[in-house]
Amino acid sequence: MIRYIRRAAAFCLLLLVALLVNAARVQLFEADALDDNPANRRTTIERYDQPRGDIVVGDEPVTGSKDTGEQLAHERTYRHGPLYAPVTGYASQTYGTTLLENAEDDVLSGTASVLAPLPLWGDLTRSRQPGGDVVTTVDAAVQRAGYEGLAGRRGAVAALDPGTGAILALVSSPSYDPERLSGTGSSVTDAWAELNRSASRPMLNRAIRQTYPPGSAFKIVTAAAALDAGVVEDPDEETDTPSPYVLPGTTTTLPDEARGCENASLAEAIRVSCNTVMARLGVEVGLEDMLEAVGGFGFNDDDLRIPSRVARSNFDTDMSDDQLAQSAIGQFDTTATPLQMAMVAAAVANDGELRRPHLVDRVTDHDGRTVRREGSDTYRRATKRETARQLQRMMVDVVENGTGTNAAIDGVRVGGKTGTAQHGVDNTGTPYAWFISWARDPDSGRPAVAVAVVVEDASANRADVSGGGNAAPIARAVMEAALTRSR
Amino acid sequence: MTASTADARPPELRLPKRRGVELSLLIGAVLISVYGYAAVGLARNNAVPPDVAGYGAGLGLLALLAHLAVRLRAPYADPLLLPIAVLLNGLGLVLIYRLDLETPRDQAATTQLVWSTLGVAFFIAVVVLLRDHRVLQRYAYLAVATALVLMTVPIFFPAVNGAKIWIRVGGFSFQPGEFAKILLAVFFAAYLAANRNALAYTGRRIWRLQLPTGRVLGPIVAIWLLSVGVLVLERDLGTSLLFFGLFVIMLYVATGRTGWIAVGLLLAAAGAFVVGSFEPHVHSRVQDWLDPFASIDAGRGPSQLAQSLFAFAAGGMLGTGLGLGHSILIGFAAKSDFILATAGEELGLTGLTAIFLLYALLVARGYRAGLALRDPFGRLLSIGLASILALQVFVIAGGVMGLIPLTGMAMPFLAQGGSSVVTNWIIVALLIRVSAEARAPHPGRTEAGAIAPIVEEDPPDVGHHQGAGR
Repeated sequence: MIRYIRRAAAFCLLLLVALLVNAARVQLFEADALDDNPANRRTTIERYDQPRGDIVVGDEPVTGSKDTGEQLAHERTYRHGPLYAPVTGYASQTYGTTLLENAEDDVLSGTASVLAPLPLWGDLTRSRQPGGDVVTTVDAAVQRAGYEGLAGRRGAVAALDPGTGAILALVSSPSYDPERLSGTGSSVTDAWAELNRSASRPMLNRAIRQTYPPGSAFKIVTAAAALDAGVVEDPDEETDTPSPYVLPGTTTTLPDEARGCENASLAEAIRVSCNTVMARLGVEVGLEDMLEAVGGFGFNDDDLRIPSRVARSNFDTDMSDDQLAQSAIGQFDTTATPLQMAMVAAAVANDGELRRPHLVDRVTDHDGRTVRREGSDTYRRATKRETARQLQRMMVDVVENGTGTNAAIDGVRVGGKTGTAQHGVDNTGTPYAWFISWARDPDSGRPAVAVAVVVEDASANRADVSGGGNAAPIARAVMEAALTRSR
Repeated sequence: MTASTADARPPELRLPKRRGVELSLLIGAVLISVYGYAAVGLARNNAVPPDVAGYGAGLGLLALLAHLAVRLRAPYADPLLLPIAVLLNGLGLVLIYRLDLETPRDQAATTQLVWSTLGVAFFIAVVVLLRDHRVLQRYAYLAVATALVLMTVPIFFPAVNGAKIWIRVGGFSFQPGEFAKILLAVFFAAYLAANRNALAYTGRRIWRLQLPTGRVLGPIVAIWLLSVGVLVLERDLGTSLLFFGLFVIMLYVATGRTGWIAVGLLLAAAGAFVVGSFEPHVHSRVQDWLDPFASIDAGRGPSQLAQSLFAFAAGGMLGTGLGLGHSILIGFAAKSDFILATAGEELGLTGLTAIFLLYALLVARGYRAGLALRDPFGRLLSIGLASILALQVFVIAGGVMGLIPLTGMAMPFLAQGGSSVVTNWIIVALLIRVSAEARAPHPGRTEAGAIAPIVEEDPPDVGHHQGAGR
């Protein structure tokens, strides 16, 4: 019997070995795959176990965290939620993250390797540090000026420091309070459904994720192309342009809203916004040189990140001459984000050098030590310095004597350009009112701010006046706030 | 302590009693449990739980009473059995207390402590009242009759979570099948001890397999069929598997016929296939085992088995630490069938291995007692009881870790469940009794008449096992 007992014991030992080998399989060899299974809630629970790092504007955090005592402990809170929603995005336990909350999630949630006390520490231990803070380039006063200027109308404001590319304001209106989406449960799903259902699309970030036909505001780009390509040698020289202008290869005529456009010089065409002159110049420059010029200002870039992705601003790459003529005045398939048009103004103001737009100034760890700083670098060379200087003069003329007088600020050199973009079937939609501008304190060697404003439901006639009437005052308020900042 | 008695026996016949070793190990077991209890509180609330002293004193008192009973009535018992039982029971209480923190409306630790006390009471009663395990041999048929009744009764009670294994009277519920395990082991041991020669040496020989005659085989197969039939009716595959495994192991140990193993495995395979294919409750368990993540892909969220695997994986090598895991995500039965997942997550592979080794040690000590005993009934009984523990650990641990299809069963001593903890304490009490018998000095002792010549087939082994390691 003893032999059989021993064999039975050996069988029990076999069972033990099977259990141990299997335990090693589950707990060691397959552990990573099991940990990463999307249905495994542990990562989520850990993620919300500690307060999330904050997004900082100026010296003040515009976000917070509250401990709910639920399984997912910490929920995001927002001070001035609607004001900064286009900057922060939301951080929801139900719907994930967007914008800065998404782009800097590893810092805010504490998994970023830069937060670890030793290199590779976090990668090795899979540990989580206290959430770091993201300090933005946004200026509270500039942001607020744009937000209050829009006053709930549909539209957007983007403001840049032309010399650095730092984004001073990203406003989208109407906005929403991201805090409504922070937690879980029916109140959150209801809010989500309501926000998505809303016709005014409050969760759309119009400043960087929506493209509009830029209309006449685009004429600055066409003017730059004409000057750089040598099609126009002297901006004050008369051009041989009929008004109205028959689009090449068609019988369609392009009228002017403004008076005095026949044979108008480039400077005059910018000042009063002549469609005919600019359309003809676009055709003369030709598709190839136009594409080079728009590329220099940042059009047709799919990969611009600030660090959130910016929607591509489009200028078609394959067009007939009549399409090119319309594209040159910001119609046809030409579309741009408000940020893109602010970049156009910034490039002109910064003597043709376009700095890379960015929203994050620096990242600090939980104790406030800076662990990463965003450098300012050149994004594109938009135009020649000389061309930029000529464009500056023309844009100043627009504000002093042209369509943009509403943007004028006493004692400050302000250059601008209005735009009114028609859209909808047969252009029956309410035109979008544009204004792009820059401002420079005469005492300062460098421009203080470049801004683009778009107002979707501009309640005015179709003339360029709507850009000057609706959008220019907002741009002025934003510029004033930015000038106060730089003084 | 070991030499407290002053009997004048010849020194070469005296085995040390090792009660002092047992007491020291018990102190260690209680301290480890108390430490675990404090660690949960520190991890959760940054404070030692206020009732830690009470908990420690309670567990310590139980251990001390059990120890005194052993010291008085079974002084030669194996010194490892009781400390391992106390440690596993203490760890179980810690794990249940820890899970109670996640379920404020479902507190189980106190109830489990009451059951543990009852279990220790049964332990003491068995150790004190049962002076000689061979007495049980006389009640073999009473045992099997009682076992069948106990297994049959729950059929008339409503199913709980798919298995008809519960009796509920008022707020009080227990699983009679748990107690039936011991009774069946007693019956198998008695029957096989009496008939093993007939089973081993008579009957037809087909090819190399020795098949027994129907006369001896009849009753045992009848009992087996009956118990398995009852269990299939109750849809409790785990216990069914346990009984079957127990039956095959004991039969093999009694007769040494590999033919039994072959027939047993064939029967098991056929039975498992039929039940797994046609019984929906079991079929779904098999499906879960084959693909634990199917429900995730189907958009219904992770199954319990998937959650259990997540918990083990989260533990990794060293575990998250007591109180810091999220095994409560398993949901239903986290404190009972899936208690091992909490151990795996919070104590890691290291802690889990330690727990497995504790069980292995418990089983090994049972086997060792079996080897050392000379009466076939005692041998078969201790092998049977130890095998119950081994099989039960394998079936449930393998189930919750995806090694075999999951069947509801309690992890001995660890899991929430009153009937289970009481039963396991009785098993340990019986092992204490047989081990005391095995280690006690019996100069010139005459063996019971049932001893058959076959025992002497391997005399060096007997000498080796009685002499070594003491």
